[in-house]
Amino acid sequence: MLSRGFPLLSGVDLEVQRATLTVVTGPNGAGKTSLLRLLGGLDPLHSGDGVVAGVDLRDGDRRLLRRRVGWLGHEGSFYADLSVRENLVFAARALERPVGEVDGALSRVGLEHRSHTTTKQLSAGQRRRLGLAWLLVRRPELWLLDEPYASLDDAGREFFDGLLGEVLAGGATVVVSAHDPLRAANLVARTVRMVGGRVSA
Amino acid sequence: MMKVTQRLLGPVTLLLLALTFWMGLWVTPPDKVQGNLVRLLYVHPPIAWVALYVSFGTATIASCLYLWRRTRSDAMDRIAHCAMEISVVFIVLTLVTGSIWGRPTWGVWWAWDARLTSTAILGVFALAYLALRRANDDPTVRARRSAVFAILTAINVPIIHFSVVWWKTLHQGASVLTSTGQLNVHGSMLWTMLIGFVGFTLLFFWLLRERYRLEVSRDARVRTRVDEALATRRSEGA
Amino acid sequence: MIRVAWLVAVKDLRIEARSRVLLWQVLPFGVIALLLAGLALGPAQAGTSSAGPGLFYLVTLFVTLLMINRSQSLENAPGTRASVATLGLDPAGVFLGKALALTVELWVSGLVLLGGSVLLLHTALTGTLEALPSILVTLATLASAGTLYGALTQGGDGPATLLPVLTLPAFAPLLIAGERSFSAALHGGALWEWWVVVVVALVAYCAVGILLYGVLEES
Repeated sequence: MLSRGFPLLSGVDLEVQRATLTVVTGPNGAGKTSLLRLLGGLDPLHSGDGVVAGVDLRDGDRRLLRRRVGWLGHEGSFYADLSVRENLVFAARALERPVGEVDGALSRVGLEHRSHTTTKQLSAGQRRRLGLAWLLVRRPELWLLDEPYASLDDAGREFFDGLLGEVLAGGATVVVSAHDPLRAANLVARTVRMVGGRVSA
Repeated sequence: MMKVTQRLLGPVTLLLLALTFWMGLWVTPPDKVQGNLVRLLYVHPPIAWVALYVSFGTATIASCLYLWRRTRSDAMDRIAHCAMEISVVFIVLTLVTGSIWGRPTWGVWWAWDARLTSTAILGVFALAYLALRRANDDPTVRARRSAVFAILTAINVPIIHFSVVWWKTLHQGASVLTSTGQLNVHGSMLWTMLIGFVGFTLLFFWLLRERYRLEVSRDARVRTRVDEALATRRSEGA
Repeated sequence: MIRVAWLVAVKDLRIEARSRVLLWQVLPFGVIALLLAGLALGPAQAGTSSAGPGLFYLVTLFVTLLMINRSQSLENAPGTRASVATLGLDPAGVFLGKALALTVELWVSGLVLLGGSVLLLHTALTGTLEALPSILVTLATLASAGTLYGALTQGGDGPATLLPVLTLPAFAPLLIAGERSFSAALHGGALWEWWVVVVVALVAYCAVGILLYGVLEES
């Protein structure tokens, strides 16, 4: 793929098994986020081939793929002027899920007392938790998590590790990008190291 | 056969344009009312025809073909781009020749004539198309957005035309240019005009082909640069 | 499509109701612009001028440009576009929803600016009320066109400066039609031609939006 005529990724050859956890590590600017975006159908594939969840990345309908993907970016990724609950209700309505699931998701991530707070007033860690609640409402087949541990406190990390196990047991596939080796090392099926836009190991 | 026509396009265009100028300036007589100014008849309408119909039409068709999945190709995007660029040149020429023609009759260089105004608005559309292309670096994004914009422009052509005509006619009497329609056009004048139309249309396609070739070689250059960048990126990783 | 449109429209309007950008930033600008227009006409003209409809639409165009950028920037916060993209919303519905929300916002601003034009430029109140249906439809057309052109400029270089170049030629016939029908309501004259221009444009923009908004979202 290209950005302003500069290739971000090249020579990436990756196969991910269903219902496994794959970790992508590497230094800043190695192309971890770009790879995740590509896998989620968020960016187009300019050269090479790829199939994710049965959708061809080059000329398949990437919208179908995106509906099955849960994305947790490393920034807060919601409507800043809507409340925590309104953001989740919007997602639930868009996916035609019962709105009742929203409150359950909020209490699981420990944000139930914040449900009417405007999202822009949340701290970075709370926003992370909101991101996880958003994914719980979505229940996607493919979880793409970009630096999921960033700005989470110990309790949050604990919760996140538990969630990972649950998700994998439920048959979903997870790809995580991280600087450091994952805490929940026992869950990891494969670790991919990226340097300079390509997979080095 | 194709090769021969390709090679002949340039010379035939030049020949027809030379013929138009010779007949327009020396063979045809001056008009009783308009005098020598009538000779703009052999230049202005053909240029306007190319500017407003041939080039916009080409750009619109190429854009539609680009957006349609089965006919999508970089070639269509390039044709649309080149046609729109040429249309800017021809629209400027249309406005200039139109003003020169209108000046003695209107007394001013710019009159709020319906055709002049709508042509100017279309010129802004063509410039906006080029601005939109410059603002996007990613070739796919650029191609898609420009194609949508070209189609929106095509839809706007009749809307602008009618709104400006009504704006004008509901204000005052018919515009000056419509009176040229009553000119006695016959004999050598008609032939000269006809040759002018064919000549300028061929000129458009000749320019389009040359501009297209330039664009292809430019894209090829960009591709080599990308390959070089890829190689650097690879060596970084190794 | 209609379900998604409604969802998106409610979301956009709710964000507007929270952030109050229209109320505290755009409308004051619009009123100041009307006031300046009166000053530019000079003391002899400002109170008696028939320029009211033209100035109203000119200021409305400025307001529209600001609101288009605002409407598109709602998804511009880092990561929001990606998160929303994974909802896989029907692009035709997104287009209709955004256009609907923008229409409502322009109606609010239109009513305020009409009040300003009656007060400041002494535009006749009865004629203004008569012109109201045509004004509301023209504003809806501006909103649907603006949603399309706004999506065209996002993510490129200088979206805020590119937008006027792209939209103003397309807004020209709408400005003409709106101004003429407003003037016709004030002083009498032909009307149906302007309805044709505005309604044809509205239908055309909605059709293109429903068909092609997905192409723009993909980029």
